[in-house]
Amino acid sequence: MTAMTENGKKTFPRGIHPPEGKEASRNAPVEVLPEPDSLVIPLVQHIGAPCEPAVSPRQKVSAGDLLGRSEKFVSAPVHAPLPGTAGLPISTTLPNGRHVAAIPLKVEKGSKRGEEIWNTLVSSDWPVSGLEERDPESIRKDVLDGGLVGQGGASFPTHVKFVRNEKKPVRVLLVNGCECEPCLTADDRLMRETPGAIVSGALLAARASGAQEIKIVVERNKPEAIEKLRHACRETPVTVVPVETKYPMGGERQLIPAVLGQSVPTGGLPLDIGVVVVNVASAASVALAVLKKTPLTHRVVSVSGRGIRESKNLFVPVGIPLSTLVEFCGGLTENAARVIAGGPMMGFTPGSLECPVTKGTSGFVVLTRDEASAIDESACVRCGRCVDVCPLHLVPTKIAIAARFQNWEVARAHHLAACCECGCCAYTCPAGIPLVQLIRTGKARMPRE
Amino acid sequence: VAHAPHYFDRSLTTRRMMLDVLIALLPVIGMSLWVFGPRVLFQIALSVAGCLAAEALFTSLRKRRPALNDLSAAVTGVILALSFPSSVPVHVNLIACFAAIGLGKIVFGGLGQNIFNPAMVGRAFVMIAFPAALGASAYIQQGSEIAAISQATPLSAAKQMGNAAALWPLFIGNVNGSLGETSALACLLGGLYLCLRRTASFEIPVGILGAVIVLGGIQNLVHPDTSFTLLHHLFAGSLLFGTFFIATDPVTSPLTPLGKILFGAGIGILVMVIRVFSGYPEGVMFAVLLMNAAAPLLNRWTIPKPVGGPVPGKQQ
Repeated sequence: MTAMTENGKKTFPRGIHPPEGKEASRNAPVEVLPEPDSLVIPLVQHIGAPCEPAVSPRQKVSAGDLLGRSEKFVSAPVHAPLPGTAGLPISTTLPNGRHVAAIPLKVEKGSKRGEEIWNTLVSSDWPVSGLEERDPESIRKDVLDGGLVGQGGASFPTHVKFVRNEKKPVRVLLVNGCECEPCLTADDRLMRETPGAIVSGALLAARASGAQEIKIVVERNKPEAIEKLRHACRETPVTVVPVETKYPMGGERQLIPAVLGQSVPTGGLPLDIGVVVVNVASAASVALAVLKKTPLTHRVVSVSGRGIRESKNLFVPVGIPLSTLVEFCGGLTENAARVIAGGPMMGFTPGSLECPVTKGTSGFVVLTRDEASAIDESACVRCGRCVDVCPLHLVPTKIAIAARFQNWEVARAHHLAACCECGCCAYTCPAGIPLVQLIRTGKARMPRE
Repeated sequence: VAHAPHYFDRSLTTRRMMLDVLIALLPVIGMSLWVFGPRVLFQIALSVAGCLAAEALFTSLRKRRPALNDLSAAVTGVILALSFPSSVPVHVNLIACFAAIGLGKIVFGGLGQNIFNPAMVGRAFVMIAFPAALGASAYIQQGSEIAAISQATPLSAAKQMGNAAALWPLFIGNVNGSLGETSALACLLGGLYLCLRRTASFEIPVGILGAVIVLGGIQNLVHPDTSFTLLHHLFAGSLLFGTFFIATDPVTSPLTPLGKILFGAGIGILVMVIRVFSGYPEGVMFAVLLMNAAAPLLNRWTIPKPVGGPVPGKQQ
């Protein structure tokens, strides 16, 4: 444990310390969800072009078969998590409110596919040597064919990050295990239970992107994960970097300055400064896709919060409705008031409990009535606390109020478009002003220059 | 459908910030009671009642629901009362309350919209309308049984007669002056609490005191034989009261850290200019009001550079 302090205090300026709320589920081992009767698998689970169906109605599919794909570059194919019979494409609503096409799948029972994949992940025979001799292009192709997207929330197609660009060579691969959102423990459990897969995946991702340095970054509130990962990467060039527990450490624009001391240009990508960031769950998926040719069809999801009877971490197929997870966790408590897909700081409130888990769903948090009640909005007294906490050093109140009155000149002068919507300002605001909502609406309505 | 974030820091509300100011004023009120006697309580109660009544009246005139329980009008009332001499007549006090809330706050649109500190607007209004009730002579009551108020205020004494008060009474507060300003110790205690709670931004006091120390230091060096030293400048008059309780009003001060420092420095410079070169013995009120007017400009000049640089493609 002495190594914990060897790097000094790695952090970024400003930010907040919301209640962590991870006690309820951080020590609950991952359980494989029993096979469901049916799934609804969205054809868009990523940022980019939607997939076209690759199966016809009533077609029998095996686990891992292609369900949808797109010829577009920024996209990721979708696969069948379990064997069964595909249905006529229907419309479903993602947690973020987007209506998308989806393929219903009537599951053929008895395949044990979830257990198989999970047992592969937790096994201790993940290779850590010889991976650097693999062809980068073939790794990238396996990642594309496996339908990999970022599993931290934004769901950017992973293969796009691995395209080598001669003008922007990649130096560093950061594997993001911060999980700074309160209540979520999916990444924590994954790091503690499947460190081997994460390290193998990190080595493969570094090979694909050309990174020389590989750092797995974990907040200090996950000491078990840090220890397990350190053990798993002891004979590799991978290092584990503990960072301060502070929200929003897991955001790329905070993580990179905290670890490397460099900031990502506004409007640019980490690639512009030679950095690629992948989530720990994505790294494990890279290992599965490349070494076991298993596409991304299952993921760990935390179901937590005071409004759920039993907080759990579950290994579930994508396309499973939220209601099934709630039922498996003992149902909602009587004072449950709001279900959030993702964490309480940046998550969405899905329109119904039938919304499906996607590749980017890291958890569901159920808030009680007391927690969910909003603070009554009053006038801004210009106390400047939003300025004191904004990790990007913006002036949130000026931007939000300019956006409310559609004063685009002022909004632009205060760098509206730079906002990452992390929510520190609205969390802190003593006047209960919905700063993030106003800024987000402003971004959508601001006329382009 | 609710919007993220779904967590809020519930310990932090506008009301709680106002309550913090009232808590921080307790040592000041306590010292004031000790120096000037029980009449202090009557004056504070009168001002608070006047400000609450004015807030209720003027917000109803605008057909809005009066927000008396946010405590902001009460804070204005207490600060206004503490900025008066113990001899201020009841009608002057009440007129100041209505000027403070009406002209200082509601005409601009209420809480959060005002440009000038309401308490200082109220005080400036009656200072010009009733010069006799608030001038230097109003502070002196010959033959009063309260020792402090039978003498001139330390700044007037220095201005007119060149006498410098002893430092220890100035620090503790057993001297003549406005109700809240006499004790440097009490103001420092309350100010420390406000800064630790982040209810007052520490940048503003740093700016003010920094400027006063630099300019007062220069003055001391230029006139090494003066008996009115830098420490007198710091502890006498309403400098510390104004620094911690008036200049730090969030509504009328800038938002950005750099803007706050510049705002404070501007107040410090103006206070020293008024004290040293003008006919008034004290300049905190005018300095705060002048810099209040500059706060929007300071906000515009000191927009921080975002992490990662400005948004690209801007046509400027």
